[in-house]
Amino acid sequence: MRALQVLGLENSAYAGRALLAAGVALLLCGCQILIPQPQDEYVNGRIRITYWEKWTGFEGDAIKQVVNRFNEMQDRIYVDLITMSQIDQKALIAIAGGDPPDLVGLWSSGLPQFAEKRAVMPLAPFMERAGMRKEDFIQVFIDLNCYRGELYGLPTTPATMALHWNKRMFREAGLDPDRPPRTLAELDEMAARLTKYDAQGHLIQVGFSPGEPGWWPWAWGFWFGGELSNDNEITFDSPENLAAFRWIQSYTKRYGAAEMRRFQSGLSTNFASPQNAFFSEKVAMELQGVWTANFIHQYAPNLEWAAAPFPSAVPGMENVTIAECDCICIPVGTRHPDEAFEFMKFLCSQEGSEMLNMAQQKFTPLKKVSPAFIKNHPNEYIQLFIDLASSPHACHTPDLSIWFEYLDEIAAAFDLVRFGLDTPEHAVSQVQQRASVMWKRAEASIERREQAEGKATP
Amino acid sequence: MTNRERRNLRTGLLFILPWILGFAMFIAYPLGASVYFSLCDYSVLKPPVYVGSANYEELATDPVFWQSMGNTFFFAAIFLPLATALAIALALLLNTGVRGMTIYRTIFFLPSLTPMVALGILWMWMLNGEYGVVNHALNYLLRPFGVEAPTWLQSTTWAKPAIVLMSLWGVGYAVVIYLAALQDVPVQLYEAADLDGARWSSKIWHITLPLLSPAIFFNVVMGLITALQIFALPYVLTNGAGGPGRSTTFYTMYLYNCAFRYLRMGYACAMAWILFLIILGLTLIIHRASRRHVFYAGG
Repeated sequence: MRALQVLGLENSAYAGRALLAAGVALLLCGCQILIPQPQDEYVNGRIRITYWEKWTGFEGDAIKQVVNRFNEMQDRIYVDLITMSQIDQKALIAIAGGDPPDLVGLWSSGLPQFAEKRAVMPLAPFMERAGMRKEDFIQVFIDLNCYRGELYGLPTTPATMALHWNKRMFREAGLDPDRPPRTLAELDEMAARLTKYDAQGHLIQVGFSPGEPGWWPWAWGFWFGGELSNDNEITFDSPENLAAFRWIQSYTKRYGAAEMRRFQSGLSTNFASPQNAFFSEKVAMELQGVWTANFIHQYAPNLEWAAAPFPSAVPGMENVTIAECDCICIPVGTRHPDEAFEFMKFLCSQEGSEMLNMAQQKFTPLKKVSPAFIKNHPNEYIQLFIDLASSPHACHTPDLSIWFEYLDEIAAAFDLVRFGLDTPEHAVSQVQQRASVMWKRAEASIERREQAEGKATP
Repeated sequence: MTNRERRNLRTGLLFILPWILGFAMFIAYPLGASVYFSLCDYSVLKPPVYVGSANYEELATDPVFWQSMGNTFFFAAIFLPLATALAIALALLLNTGVRGMTIYRTIFFLPSLTPMVALGILWMWMLNGEYGVVNHALNYLLRPFGVEAPTWLQSTTWAKPAIVLMSLWGVGYAVVIYLAALQDVPVQLYEAADLDGARWSSKIWHITLPLLSPAIFFNVVMGLITALQIFALPYVLTNGAGGPGRSTTFYTMYLYNCAFRYLRMGYACAMAWILFLIILGLTLIIHRASRRHVFYAGG
């Protein structure tokens, strides 16, 4: 009480009131901090657009360059670029909390989830107003940005995958270093010749392994003519997908499960490092994306390599690839969707897209490419990746809202088959059964929500 | 209630108001809301739709849920006894009057200060099947008998034991608690035992362990809660995938994936409440068992 006496508050009633007032003041201050305040809407009289993107390093510098160019070329809109990790989860919370950014860069595989929950805006009206056409983009990248036929994002940096092979290892094994395998059977045969064991019988080098790098366990069926879903039905137990899983296990049988595990456990899981299995010449052939050339320049500049379409198991089915892309979307609840789209329009113009993709060492999702882009591109195989994107066999993740659940199911089955712990037949039927249950549940959920919304807005 | 009591109550409430508000906003409300959400189809992005016990019913038939529960109990069942035994053994060793003891104590506590992510990455290299230091040593010992060291994180059988091994690295906190408890054991009891000609094993069994029992009880309860909620280490090691073949998909990892990867917050809330009830039940069982086995000096 001495402190209160000093303040002239010896009377306890006054003291109580003073404390109450202080408490209320504190509470108000707390609210001020806790409740998010909208960021300044204007920067020097220009409308501020907040843009969340995931890229760091040289990829981050590339988008910064495009944003700066846009901010310089006009004086109505100011794009405020914010880089962050785990962008999908942070965007989710921001959108749910009602304080989303004006633009968000997502991965194409996550887009159906956001679109299904109506967390991102359909872009057709914006495209129409801006005079943009879907036909200007390579079809597969538009497909990746659509959910149930409606466009929800635009592709920014696309990627396709191809076979990368080590020419030196080919030469050493007595193979023609300039002739990649043309059928899957040929790849298997070459892989056998490229595989080496030490005196104790341990693997020291493999020609090919479906588990290295193992990033697309769900996609091998594409090279056998399979699909993951068809007309809103899960089709994982198709004969094609089963054939793919049998092929995966053929490598386990060839190397021996324990030996393959031992070899695999010695490989680095860090792609961007000199210990990468392909860069360190432990694996002679790999399925990898358009970005690989850039990392080879950085981590293994002396590697002799080349790229070609990954061969398929079906005669006559050529140029099979996986296509994926980063995309840019307008979250629901933004204050300036039109201004946000204006930046999107620039980013997806030939100028913006070539600037971004040249610096990120990828190709543009647009059909029209300037000759200088191809000529000056640091990846000498860039035309191959562009051609693959336009192939009728460019496959991609299905536009299912349960995709991540389905994917995790396939990944677990892939592991079991790869390590010889399950038969391909059983693994494939398990995935089919579980994913079908998930799919039924998701459809029931959509129906239930539509009913609830229908009741809320008669 | 007299005027004075009423005034005291009011003043008292006023003083704890900041805490009450914080508790209500950040603990009580989310707790209550999670009970409600567990009965809803809730994706975070859309308002929750009430579905009754559907989430709980689905959990009963969800194979991944049962697998993650099995993995978690397997981990806890191995980790908890090992961690307890190791921590007591270390505390006993660090309680001997050897010179430079404070330095040893510091050294044994240091690993507990390593951040989980750094620990995960460090152990990933140490347990590397081909180049790891652990397998290098193991193979040196085992190869003469024709046995190969396991591939740890690449093996569905050995991935969980590998995580147990890594987690044991952090027993330093428990060791400190045991060390403190050991200081409270009266020296006279050991002297009396010495006079009776007791061996060291008898002294540990009949004097040290009974008097350490309150600390053991505390550490077992805390260890159980930590073990059943294991998350960071396997998440970092497997990049959230819980591989190979879901062998390291632990309960809270699956819960996190349901909430933030599959956008099934209602389902994740139901999982959280089941875990809460399991931990509560097990703690009560240990508490009941402790009445017989825990000895409180003077009590």
